[in-house]
Amino acid sequence: MKLFEHEAKDIFRAFKMPTPPGGLAKTPKEAKERAEDVGKPVVVKAMVLAGKRGKAGGVKFADTPVEAEKFAEEILKMRINDLPVEAVLIEEKLDIEQEIYAGITIDRNERKYVVIGSAAGGMSIEELAEESPEKIIKMHVDPSLGFQPFEARQMAISMGFKGKQINKLGSFFVKLWKIVEAYDVELTEINPLILTKDGRFFAADARLNIDDNSLYRHKDIIEKLKREPAKQNERERLATENNMAYVELDGNIACICNGAGLTMATLDTVSLFGGDASTFLDLGGGADAERVEKGIEIALMYPKVKAILVNIMAGITRCDDVARGILAARNDGDITAPMVIRMVGTNEEEGQEILEKAGIPFLQTMEEAASKVVELVKEVA
Amino acid sequence: MAILVNKDTKVIVQGITGGQGTFHSAAMLDYGTKIVAGVTPGKSGEEVNGVSVFDSVIEAKEATGANASIIFVPAPFAGDAALEAIAEDLNPVVVVTEHVPVKDEIRLIHAAKAKGITVIGPNTPGIIIPGAKQKVGIMPGHVFSDGDVGLMSRSGTLTYEIAAGMTNAGIGISAALGLGGDPCVGLTTIEAVKLFKKDTDTKALVLVGEIGGDAEERAAAYIKKNYDLPVVGFIAGRTAPPGKRMGHAGAIISGSSGTAAAKIKALNDAGVAVADKPSDVARLLKEAL
Repeated sequence: MKLFEHEAKDIFRAFKMPTPPGGLAKTPKEAKERAEDVGKPVVVKAMVLAGKRGKAGGVKFADTPVEAEKFAEEILKMRINDLPVEAVLIEEKLDIEQEIYAGITIDRNERKYVVIGSAAGGMSIEELAEESPEKIIKMHVDPSLGFQPFEARQMAISMGFKGKQINKLGSFFVKLWKIVEAYDVELTEINPLILTKDGRFFAADARLNIDDNSLYRHKDIIEKLKREPAKQNERERLATENNMAYVELDGNIACICNGAGLTMATLDTVSLFGGDASTFLDLGGGADAERVEKGIEIALMYPKVKAILVNIMAGITRCDDVARGILAARNDGDITAPMVIRMVGTNEEEGQEILEKAGIPFLQTMEEAASKVVELVKEVA
Repeated sequence: MAILVNKDTKVIVQGITGGQGTFHSAAMLDYGTKIVAGVTPGKSGEEVNGVSVFDSVIEAKEATGANASIIFVPAPFAGDAALEAIAEDLNPVVVVTEHVPVKDEIRLIHAAKAKGITVIGPNTPGIIIPGAKQKVGIMPGHVFSDGDVGLMSRSGTLTYEIAAGMTNAGIGISAALGLGGDPCVGLTTIEAVKLFKKDTDTKALVLVGEIGGDAEERAAAYIKKNYDLPVVGFIAGRTAPPGKRMGHAGAIISGSSGTAAAKIKALNDAGVAVADKPSDVARLLKEAL
């Protein structure tokens, strides 16, 4: 679950990590009031879960509360990466001495958390890795000890900081680690972390992603934030509710399969035959008839779908269950687009018999099925 | 001899009284696996599929001499169950459970590492050795036939698809290993290649990867330098859009990293033929052998 910047900053402040003075505004009038409270020039930032919002015009500097009101009005009307901007964050414009990068993420190869810092913040870490990789300092976290204060100070020293700044910046990293531990964070970034001309550090930005698999132990935050774990459309919501993995794409062939790897490979095979998938729908392991019917129903709710490809390699799933699901969908009149079925594995003969009796054709291999569905779509179009 | 599991492996099923544990312990017993005990805290004295249930791994091990474990415990408790198996030196520990929090995964993986124990998964179909009629996992045994090709994969049904294709083409398998679909897994792709390298029963490898991370690139670099037998690859997710998790937690292209194109290139550079579709794997193997 990705947190909005203002939500992440609430957590930062709870861990005594300084953020610039300011507050959230949902209307231009509120934005003006927040700017009046700050009493200095401010930055007006779009609260949206999308990167590159600065380039999209979602970050503006205002010298006066009236100007802040005007910018807020503009930004609140924007859509960034096709997402509406529902609020702006008004914060004091800091007197910048230096922009720093601080982050913690997971190193998949080491299977450890990794703390990342750079004295050259401001640009994205990917850009920085391209331009000057030597300026990026990384330290892996010992899985049994956690990240220690001496390591955090070493981090600051390696980044080139001296004197009192070593302890101050080190303490930022220690707090960031404590947040990662407390909230099962899989990625956090402060970019920029700002050192002001008067020698203070502030988290000017905040990115915080919580591991979705851990949300069951963080119900308190979800309740406090008063929002759904993720913004989803109706189809995505239904798929999640039914424990199906569902991703919408730009093509017109819905692929309904069992297992993530097989579903991806089915999409790829459709593309090899010149088709384009609209839907990645993984029914998961051991799908019963009801689940198959539901999957077909959800897939067909997406207006882009012109044909369906059901590709089942049954292990724990049973072909007779799949066949019954397909049959139920047809008998309920749910199937409103041409459908190609390939189904092999456990109880294959029983399943195929059910389809044969119902006069529903099926194929034996993934290739035949993929090429057939691509042909069908061409006929429809 | 194959890898990790053999005829003498005695398996504990943790979570045997649950739906998945009950179903798959029956399937494993059918296949020939020596399931010697089940563990579900608070349910000692019960029996599932004729297997005695114990309250803890320590009791199950003492009573049966078990030396490996497979875990079907729900995600919130799977990390603890794995640590329990690791504490009793069971090896390997197969974690089938999906959706285990990554913090728990990191902890259990390093606890195992410190003791030299192999963790397979989490989020894995497990391991099968057709020649020994042993499976510690959830894969359908009948699609795997005995032979001398090692198969490793980050996914479940795609592995069955490829194994079935190999079986139909008359190519057998020494061991098939599900590495797991999560970003952090115990046994990594490169470690699996190293295990197969030591196995005298394995004369060729199939490496089934998918988008996300760079495990395949690392394995490719290792293969280029250290592995002389034929290797055939397949990478799922060529058409996956960036930034979307494709079913598996680990299957995500982040920025420009983790793409299928980069993995295919790395494998090709290492002399590995990469199949365009799953059914091409068997054909490429025949050409290579």
